[in-house]
Amino acid sequence: MEDYDIVRSARGDGRLTATDYIRAAVPDFFELHGDRLYGDDQAVVAGIGTLHGMPVTVIGIEKGKTTEERIRHNFGSAHPEGYRKALRLMKQAEKFRRPVLCFVDTAGAFCGIDAEEHGQGRAIADSLAEMSDLKTPILSLVIGEGGSGGALALSHSDRIWMMEDAYFSVVSPESCANILWKDTARAAEAAEMLCLTAPKLQKLGLIDRVCPKGDLARLSEEIAEELAILSGMSNEALIEARYRRFRRIGY
Amino acid sequence: MDLRKLFLKANNEPETNGLLPRSRHIVCKGCGRRTPVSRVRREFFVCPACGRYYTMRARRRILMLTDKRSFTELDRDLASRNVLGFPEYDDKLQAAREKSRESEAVICGTASIEGHKTCIFAMDSYFMMGSMGAVVGEKITRLFEYAAEHHLPVVGVTVSGGARMQEGMISLMQMSKVSAAVKRHGNGGNLYIVLLTDPTTGGVDASFAMQGDITLAEPGARVGFAGPRVIEKSLNQALPKDFQRAERVLTCGFIDAIVPRNEQRLVLGNLLALHEPRGAEGR
Repeated sequence: MEDYDIVRSARGDGRLTATDYIRAAVPDFFELHGDRLYGDDQAVVAGIGTLHGMPVTVIGIEKGKTTEERIRHNFGSAHPEGYRKALRLMKQAEKFRRPVLCFVDTAGAFCGIDAEEHGQGRAIADSLAEMSDLKTPILSLVIGEGGSGGALALSHSDRIWMMEDAYFSVVSPESCANILWKDTARAAEAAEMLCLTAPKLQKLGLIDRVCPKGDLARLSEEIAEELAILSGMSNEALIEARYRRFRRIGY
Repeated sequence: MDLRKLFLKANNEPETNGLLPRSRHIVCKGCGRRTPVSRVRREFFVCPACGRYYTMRARRRILMLTDKRSFTELDRDLASRNVLGFPEYDDKLQAAREKSRESEAVICGTASIEGHKTCIFAMDSYFMMGSMGAVVGEKITRLFEYAAEHHLPVVGVTVSGGARMQEGMISLMQMSKVSAAVKRHGNGGNLYIVLLTDPTTGGVDASFAMQGDITLAEPGARVGFAGPRVIEKSLNQALPKDFQRAERVLTCGFIDAIVPRNEQRLVLGNLLALHEPRGAEGR
């Protein structure tokens, strides 16, 4: 499969969305709403529950499946309120030293007048800064689209995993092709160059694991095992390792 | 080769947009008025006729903000490589180095401002629109680490189109790397002041540009996450006239103060003084 096919399939219909993963991993999921500042952004679905007997905070960017759902979840493009809700619940998780599990699936943070004026940049920046020394384990799994800063905002984690048919990219292949050649039709070429597939990103040392699709029960088990290992680390060791994880990138 | 031409070019070209070639004058893109370069320098690169802010190069900016001969550059020689083998990136880097006569899009170092010792970084829009790749991320990260180790404040002047596409996810994750270093620096009780200049957008806006203890901006600077054309296109509606301009971003609650160029050094000096360690309990 070509890289651009992966991008297209990640955007395609009939895929599992964050809610499917949440249901499989955390059967007793209890949703918590609102950012306590302005509103409740349904592009981000978040709450608490138990993962294989372990209390966890779960945060997912939800795209929805039916038209009605997609509109409600804004097609999985979060406003600042969504990132602030996520951060509020991460800070809450820290308080109870509950591991945080993020399911990432977004074409990107929402682009709009309100999103800008409510501080989209600041919301993402806060998320990155606060996650960097959050005193509880964080695992992020990119399940479909990893669209630039909007996806990165929920990926400052101890472990970044990706489904084998997901992508994570600094820019959409179409925008990239448009910037380079003023020709969005060359998106497939751009996709190839951007090194955005899970195996390529793992080879670059940017993500930690490529997860096969198909067996959600097994996947949930693996996530639980990993979070249990991370939970065994002292806060100091955990945060230092997280710092090193990102510190070595690029140079 | 005409040496005089070379000299003039070296003197004039990097300073501003809107230069007449081989001219000792700058033609304002706003009002069309010609002003001698020497006068423009004295006026802090602001058009004396219409008040338009000209683009300022990073080195010039550092000179303007810091005390004479106080600046010591750090990590000057870190140079970007084309890690992903991205087509045409090597040529673009080469062209950017020639155009800007800098090795990368940010200059970092230590200096004093009105007598107060500080770390400082300034981004340079002449180098691939101030985009952040691995080296920009690394230099700024090292600066924050250095500042944390030496208990120094950081003053950062931002101008950027965002993450550098040609380095793919490596560039995007610089946002994470720098953010972590900023947070650590802050956890040590150290001050970070940001000065947002035109334009500060994308991945830089969504990371260290928005993580200052105090956030200043130049008048009229564009500050935002998404490009205005992207928003216009996706919403199919015209944007408010002052959309993403510093003045409006301030009223939205994301900027502490707008500081004109001729006051920036003084304001920074005063803010640094307010955070200077005091006595034994100072730190």
